[in-house]
Amino acid sequence: MSMDETFTGNHALMLEEPLIFEIGASDRTGVDFDLAAVATDELAGLLRTAPIGLPGLSESEVVRHYTRLSRQNYAIDLGLFPLGSCTMKHNPRLNEKVARMPGFADIHPLQPQSTVQGAFGVIDELAHWLITLTGMQAVAMSPKAGAHGELCGILCIKAALEARGEDRRVILVPESAHGTNPATAAFAGFAVESIPATSEGRVDVAALKARLGPDVAGVMITNPNTCGLFERDMKAISNAVHGVGGYVYCDGANFNAIVGRVRPGDLGIDAMHINLHKTFSTPHGGGGPGSGPVVLSAALAPFAPLPFVERQGERFVLIEEETAADHHAQSFGRMCAFHGQMGMFTRALAYILSHGADGLRQVAEDAVLNANYILRSLEDVLDAPFAHSGPCMHEALFSDAGLAEGFTTIDVAKGMIDEGYHPMTVYFPLVVHGAMLVEPTETESKTALDQFIGALRSVALRAKQGDPSLKSAPHFSPRSRVDEVLAARQPVLVWREDRAGE
Amino acid sequence: MRYLPLNDADRRSMLGVIGAGSIDDLFADVPAEARLDGPIAGLPLHASELSVERHMAALSGRNMAAGSVPFFLGAGAYRHHIPASVDHLIQRGEFLTAYTPYQPEIAQGTLQMLFEFQTQVARLYGCDVANASMYDGSTACWEAVGMARRVTKRSKALIAGGLHPHYASVARTMSKYTGDTLVEMTPNPLADEGAALIAAIDGETSCVVVQYPDIFGRVTDLRPLAEAAHAAGALLIAVVTEPVALGLIEAPGAMGADIVVGEGQSIGVGLQFGGPYLGLFACKDKYVRQMPGRLCGQSVDATGRRAYVLTLSTREQHIRREKATSNICTNSGLCALAFSIHMSLLGEAGLRQLAVINHARATAAAAALNAVLGVTVASGPFFNEFRITLNADAREVARTLATRGILCGVPLGRLYPDRADLANDLLVTATETTSDADIAVLCTALGELLS
Repeated sequence: MSMDETFTGNHALMLEEPLIFEIGASDRTGVDFDLAAVATDELAGLLRTAPIGLPGLSESEVVRHYTRLSRQNYAIDLGLFPLGSCTMKHNPRLNEKVARMPGFADIHPLQPQSTVQGAFGVIDELAHWLITLTGMQAVAMSPKAGAHGELCGILCIKAALEARGEDRRVILVPESAHGTNPATAAFAGFAVESIPATSEGRVDVAALKARLGPDVAGVMITNPNTCGLFERDMKAISNAVHGVGGYVYCDGANFNAIVGRVRPGDLGIDAMHINLHKTFSTPHGGGGPGSGPVVLSAALAPFAPLPFVERQGERFVLIEEETAADHHAQSFGRMCAFHGQMGMFTRALAYILSHGADGLRQVAEDAVLNANYILRSLEDVLDAPFAHSGPCMHEALFSDAGLAEGFTTIDVAKGMIDEGYHPMTVYFPLVVHGAMLVEPTETESKTALDQFIGALRSVALRAKQGDPSLKSAPHFSPRSRVDEVLAARQPVLVWREDRAGE
Repeated sequence: MRYLPLNDADRRSMLGVIGAGSIDDLFADVPAEARLDGPIAGLPLHASELSVERHMAALSGRNMAAGSVPFFLGAGAYRHHIPASVDHLIQRGEFLTAYTPYQPEIAQGTLQMLFEFQTQVARLYGCDVANASMYDGSTACWEAVGMARRVTKRSKALIAGGLHPHYASVARTMSKYTGDTLVEMTPNPLADEGAALIAAIDGETSCVVVQYPDIFGRVTDLRPLAEAAHAAGALLIAVVTEPVALGLIEAPGAMGADIVVGEGQSIGVGLQFGGPYLGLFACKDKYVRQMPGRLCGQSVDATGRRAYVLTLSTREQHIRREKATSNICTNSGLCALAFSIHMSLLGEAGLRQLAVINHARATAAAAALNAVLGVTVASGPFFNEFRITLNADAREVARTLATRGILCGVPLGRLYPDRADLANDLLVTATETTSDADIAVLCTALGELLS
C-alpha cells in the first residue's frame, strides 16, 4: 500500500460514502407507525404491484449517511464564498428559528383567511420594506426565484403593451447580462437583441439609444452591472427608453451593493426582482429554494400577478381568484400555485428587521468596501480590466490576461480549492476573457479578507509562473477534477442495479 | 451590528489601502440626485435578536397552526408527520449554506444527494430519469407542457378538468405568451372524463395533462388515455400532487405517461403556507435532452474515482441564453434534500405502509362523514382525499368551523369561485396525522351546523 492508500478509501476525517441504493434495503425502514395496514379493496386494479426499488435505512444509518455527505461540501459556514453575483453572505440562524415557528411552518395555504392574518401580516410588512427600500409603487410577492421574478416583470411589460394595443417584439439586453435575462425574454416571445459594452465596462448608451424605436418593448439592465460597476447613466437610459414608449427592467441580483444607499425607483426603473436569497440572506440550500419578489412602477403595478395581500382596515385580505373579480382586472394571471415562498418571507423579514434601515445601509457600504479592498489589493498581480473605471461596487472583476501559456482561469479556481476556498465566479461575465468575479459580501472580517487575498495572490503568481502542479489541482479535496465530458456524452442520471460497479 | 464584522478602525485602514477618502467616494458613480444621505426615513432601525423574535412570534401567534386543531385540508398541500432527523440534517450548514454545486470537487455532498434524489423520484413515478427539482408542482406542470411542444413540434395542449385549478391557471397565464393553445375541459366531479379526453385528442394535440389522483380526489386508470394519446402522436403528462399515493397505487410512468411531474412537498417538506415547495419532474430516457432544469450525472474524477457533476447544461440558460429549454436557474435543492432524507427513512416498506395508513384514515373519515345528516360523500375510488357535498355553502361552513377551532377542508368554491354548482362541495383530506378524535370532532360539529 502506498502512503495515501487505505483499506477503506477514507483519509481520516475525509470519509467515503456509498449510495443509499448500495447500503439500504427495500424491507428496512427508519420510520415506525402506530397504525396497522388495512384492506384496500376499492382500489383494486389500480394498486402498485411491482417493486418500487426504494431502499430504506434505519434512522442511525440515515443520520450518518447525510452527515458524511454534508462534509464533502463547501459552505458559507466554513469560509468565505466569493461567488460574484451570487451574494453568498452569512445566513443568520435566527431566521431559521423564526421560519419554524408553528404559526408559519404549519399553516395550510388554503385555510380560511381569518386563521392566517399573521401570515398576511408578514407578507404585508415585508412588501412595505421592499417597496420603501426600492422607492417603487408596488410589489408582486409570489415569484419563486430570481428568474421567475424576471419572467413576472417581463410579463407585466407585455401585458402593459397589450393594454395599449401595441405589439412590440424586441427586448434589448446588454451583452454582460445574466443568462436568465435573454432566456426569460425569449420565453415570453420577445426577440432578444444584444447591446455592447463600452471599454470601461458599462452599457454603451449611444448604441442603446441608436437602437431604440417603436418596436422596442424594453430593456433588461443589471445595475450594479455584472462587471461590478454602477451604471452611471441609468436615469438617462430610462428616460430614453420611456421616450420611445418602452419599459425598463432592472435585474436586481446585485441589489446588495446599493440597498439603503440608492433607490432604483429614483433611476426610472419600471420593474426589478429582488433575490431574497441574495440581498436578504435566505439560505441558498445547495441551489434553492429562492424567492424573487418584483417591485413595480405605477405604470406596471396594475398588471401584477395574482394573488396578493391587501390591507382593508384592521384586517388583511388575500386578493385571489375568489376575491379579485371587481378589481385588478388587468392582472396578467397567476404564476404559481398558492402565494409564494412564505418560508423565505419569514426569514427575510427577520433579517431586515435585525438590520433595520441603518444596518442595511451599512450592509451595502461594507459590501462595497470589501470588494474594493480586494480589487486594489490584487490588481498588481491579476489583470483587472475595469480597474480604471473607478471604484467597483460589491464585486471585483479580474481576467486571465497575463497568466502563463496554457494556464487559464479554471486553474486559478481549482488552485483556490486547495487553499480552502470556494472559487469565485468564473468565465462570467462573457465580456471579459477568462473572467473571475469576486464578491466577498459584507459578512467577512478584515482578517478573513487578508487571508483570502494572500491565497489568491499566491495562486495567481503560480499561474503566472506556470507552476505545473496547478494544472492538476485540486489535490486535497474529496475529489480531483471531475470528467464533465464523460458525464455529458454518456449521461448516467439515475442509479441502476445492472450498472452497479461501473 | 451582530452580522457585520468590520469595525471603524478596519474601515479606515481599508479605505487607506484603496486610496479613498471616505465610503461616499466609493459610491461616486451614483448620480447626485439618486444618492441617499442617511437611512431611509420611516423605516425602523436595527433591532436585537430578542426583539425581532418577539415581533415575529406575535405574528406567528395570529395564525391557527394546523397541528393545533382538527385539520382536514389538502388540495395540493398535505400535512404529514416529518421525522425529527429530516429537519436536523437539512440544517447542517454544509447543506443549508452551500451554493449550487458548480464546483464538483467540493460539492460531492449535494451532488450525490441529487443523484440519489433523481433516482428516487424516477422510481416513485415509474419513469427512466428525473431532474434535480423545479420550483413547485404548478411550475413543473407548465414546464412539462412546454417540453411536450419541443418534443412533438405541436402546440395544442389538452388540459383535463381534474387538474388543480391553480396549475391550470399557471398554464393559462404562460400559454398567453408562448403561443401554446390550451384546450381546457370543464371540471366535472360528477362524471369520469376519460372518454371525453380521448375524444378531444386530435392530430395537433401535443400533450394531454391529467392529474392523478385528480383535484377531486378520484383515482382513475391512465392506460386507456396513454394509448389514445400515443396513437395520435401526443404525449401523456401525468401530474401528481400527493406523492404518498404512489406507495399504494400504480405509478403513472408504468401506466404509459411520458412525462410525470408534481409536487413533492408531502414527503419531508412542511406546509409553510404554500412555499417553498418542491417540483418533481421525470420522463422517459429519450426525451432527456428536452428536459428543463438541472441534472446531476455520474462520472469519474481524474484518478478514476466515482464522482458526480451537473451535466447536460447545454440545455440551460447560463450556457444557451435565449435558446435555453427554460429560463429556470434556481431549483428547490434544500427541499429536494428533505424529500430524499424522508424517503430514505421510509424506504419502500415504510412508504407502502404510510400510503395504506393514509388511505385507511381517509376511508374511516369518509365512512363517519357519510353518517352525518346534511353530508353526502362522493362515490368512487380515492386515496386520502375525497369530495363531500353539504346542504349549505361550504365556504360559509369552513369559516364558521374555523371560529370553533376546526379546519374542516378546502371548499371547492374557493378554487372555483364562478361555479355555483360546486359551492356546497368540500374537499376533505385525512393523513396519518388524523386521529379518530379529530374525525369525531369534525362529524359532531358538521352535524350541529347542518341540521
